[in-house]
Amino acid sequence: MINRLANPARFMRSSAVALPWCAWASLAVLALGLYLALVTAPPDYQQGESVRIMYIHVPAAWMALGVYLFIAVASGVALVWRHPLAEIAAAAAAPIGAAFTFVCLASGSLWGRPMWGAWWVWDARLTSVLVLFFLYLGYIALVNGFDEPSRGAKAGSVLALVGVVNLPIIKFSVDWWNTLHQPASVMRLGGPRIDPSMLVPLLVMAAGFLLLFLTLLLLGMRAALNERKALALRLNSAPAPGRVAVERPVAAQSPIP
Amino acid sequence: MIDDVSHYLAMGGYAAFVWPAYGVALAVLGGLAWYSWRRYRTSADALDKLQREFRTRR
Repeated sequence: MINRLANPARFMRSSAVALPWCAWASLAVLALGLYLALVTAPPDYQQGESVRIMYIHVPAAWMALGVYLFIAVASGVALVWRHPLAEIAAAAAAPIGAAFTFVCLASGSLWGRPMWGAWWVWDARLTSVLVLFFLYLGYIALVNGFDEPSRGAKAGSVLALVGVVNLPIIKFSVDWWNTLHQPASVMRLGGPRIDPSMLVPLLVMAAGFLLLFLTLLLLGMRAALNERKALALRLNSAPAPGRVAVERPVAAQSPIP
Repeated sequence: MIDDVSHYLAMGGYAAFVWPAYGVALAVLGGLAWYSWRRYRTSADALDKLQREFRTRR
């Protein structure tokens, strides 16, 4: 199935069908999630109403990690099997991941001020997520920093794979080091330690963010494929003198003695 | 009624933190969605135009 979808022409056909469904589903699920998070979810017995920031912060953090993992896997596939869609998928996912990471950092800061008394502390969890944000920015800069798109994609793929080392550091930072940040309460061995009245809105918001990611990923990939096709058309239809100039003279092709 | 609304908007005293958190998320993700849509439309229109030119030239 991966091979079938990896054909760009087939991808354009199937994604054209999937895109509106993804878009409307993400809007509907996010609307439901916001209603649950802002209206029906109860205030926390210790944190009061400030706990509602969790419904933004935690799904954004999950997406920040998950999208990076997606980019790393797609980069690996692009490097090893040269799948034409893999590098396009990785490059299209990066701005979305960066946006989720920014939302995670900003909402965390707004939650930290009333709960910890500090907008920011340089502890392991917060610092490693900030590093993740810079990894995203570095990846985006690298991919777009070459005249030849394929060289940028290759350099970006290597950076994305090296940066994977940061993911377990983020996940386990709350267990390995002393930190102000609380340890995991949903994705932990032994099941979630959070009441269903809060868990359900959290999971609905997470599903909404995931659908939003899929929607924006398909949009970005389709835009990139359109742009590449337009570039290829322009190069193909270039007037004849331009083509002659691109060809190298015979003398230059012979090896230097 | 108005008291209910203002009580709700006050978020138990955390309004200055809860609403900006949702506002940032809406601005960043909404902005990215708008930008992605614009880029997609621009790319599709440009490709359409090129393909039409290409066909008429041949």
